Amino acid sequence: MATDRPPGRPSADGRPGLAVADRDVADRDEERTRAVGAGLDALDTVTLPPGPGLVRKFVRSVLPPIVFLGFLVAVWQVAYLAEVKPPYALPSPADVAGRFWETVQSGQALEAIWTSLSRGAAGFAMSLVLGTLLGLAMWWSTWLRAAIGPIVSGLQSLPSVAWVPAAIIWFSLSNAAIYTVVLLGAVPSIANGLLSGMKQVPPLFDRVGRVLGLSALGRTRYVLLPAALPGYLGGLRQGWAFAWRSLMAAELITYSPQLGQGLGQLLNLGRELSQMSLVITSIALILAVGVAIELLLFAPLERRVLSRRGLTMR
Amino acid sequence: MSAGPMTTEVAIQQRDVRLVRSRQPAAVSIEGVSHIFERGRPPVLDGVDLTVAPGEFVCLVGPSGCGKSTLLNLIAGLTEPTSGRVTVSSARPALMFQEPALLPWLTASGNVELALRARGVGRAQRRTEAERLLAVVNLEGHGGKRVHELSGGMRQRVALARALAQDSSVLLMDEPFAALDAITRDVLHQELARVWAEQGLSVVFVTHNVREAARLGQRVVLMGSRPGRIVREWQVDIPQPRTIESPGVSSLATEITRELHVEISRHGH
Ligand SMILES: Nc1ncnc2c1ncn2[C@@H]1O[C@H](COP(=O)(O)OP(=O)(O)O)[C@@H](O)[C@H]1O
Ligand SMILES: [Mg+2]
Repeated sequence: MATDRPPGRPSADGRPGLAVADRDVADRDEERTRAVGAGLDALDTVTLPPGPGLVRKFVRSVLPPIVFLGFLVAVWQVAYLAEVKPPYALPSPADVAGRFWETVQSGQALEAIWTSLSRGAAGFAMSLVLGTLLGLAMWWSTWLRAAIGPIVSGLQSLPSVAWVPAAIIWFSLSNAAIYTVVLLGAVPSIANGLLSGMKQVPPLFDRVGRVLGLSALGRTRYVLLPAALPGYLGGLRQGWAFAWRSLMAAELITYSPQLGQGLGQLLNLGRELSQMSLVITSIALILAVGVAIELLLFAPLERRVLSRRGLTMR
Repeated sequence: MSAGPMTTEVAIQQRDVRLVRSRQPAAVSIEGVSHIFERGRPPVLDGVDLTVAPGEFVCLVGPSGCGKSTLLNLIAGLTEPTSGRVTVSSARPALMFQEPALLPWLTASGNVELALRARGVGRAQRRTEAERLLAVVNLEGHGGKRVHELSGGMRQRVALARALAQDSSVLLMDEPFAALDAITRDVLHQELARVWAEQGLSVVFVTHNVREAARLGQRVVLMGSRPGRIVREWQVDIPQPRTIESPGVSSLATEITRELHVEISRHGH
């Protein structure tokens, strides 16, 4: 059934074999398709409306927490005036503000923040390495996953304060004891986050890697890990929260001069001196560090990763 | 790569495809291929023979579930056949899926560059090569866009550019335009026909859309199901440029559809 000019064969000018008249028609067709194609592209392309302006952003996300905080302080002031508790147990907002300012001015606050934060950062960095390696190992070895998966998940729900007595018995009152508690708090979250991130990668992506001819290592590096990034970030975020909590618990209990004065120890000092204003000051500082890390580090990181993939909603 | 000066070989090819087909090594050759997914289950494919000549555009149609995707995966080397032989002239055929399957953390250009990286192309060259390939699919200037910023048709064109970046002479396509609206599909048909002619690719194009098959193919192969095997084939001699409305296309589509209906009704009793 072959004709002497089979359709669509490439000819000298790289176009299907056509007579000159046909070629004009083809050129016009081609041009029209291009025009239609360009129109479709323009019509279909997603154009997001511009984000809200600075003023609206302020009104929407900065103002509400400030208003709420003001409300809390007002309630507190009323409770103080009504003497719900005796003044040594419930100082006035002004007393606490004075103590707060004193702690900041004397450098005590900065020192405590620095001690705790550097410890937290070091502990988190170690957890990051260990948790990532553990997550990868559990991904590669299904046997390992089956064997330790339930334990790792279980550890996530075990409050890591529970490890403090054991850690003190093993390492006495030292940094090693504190790091042990931090690691046991953060590693499971990070490992689980990475693992669940990798489990959620659509199998299609792996097939793409195979079709493109990437090696197993290349598929892990260029397909699997980037695809698992959102889940991994979630794990990191939770890992940091656990690390910070565990650190405070450990600092609160392991109190010794060699360990320096972190925020947890500052809190304990307030308890020992029965100074409620110092206790509240310490809690405020701990909370502030937690919120700052969340707002300055994890939230922007997550927002960036998700919006690059078109996964964020406003 | 546009076709260079015509060699005698190509001139002969133009005169008689089938003559050349018998002399040149086939682009894809499938001999007596059967495939069983699970032991004890009836075979999904049973004794399939199919040869695709270099530069040929073959469309594979058949009822859904008849094993078209399975056959394509076998050609792509993603699955090994239970029995029979699959030989492909190109080391690694390029494959396009029904979904664009673009990696959402990369830009359009980044997706194309990943295919180039897999081939070992150097960093500096990847950039320019990706730009060139995006221009081939009429996407110049869109390389920096993220996947979610592209329309469905544009995504499929990026996927085509990525497939072309594999620099394979064999392109396998698994219902690549099935999820697109009719107008976008028409545009992509024309683009694909142009790219195919320019690059001298051998294409195996799977579709359940009979008109699409008649519009694009030089040969249409009809598969039947349970077990999947080849029922009939048509040589398409409608000259290019065709459109989906060309009279030859619709009459051929009618004929294929009739045959497809016969094939499907076989299972009704
Ligand atoms: N991985 C698999 N395991 C078991 N059965 C499968 C698998 N993939 C496909 N099948 C079966 O093989 C048959 C053919 O599937 P497929 O090749 O996807 O058909 P088509 O692409 O023609 O619609 C179907 O009945 C499907 O259920
Ligand atoms: Mg299919």
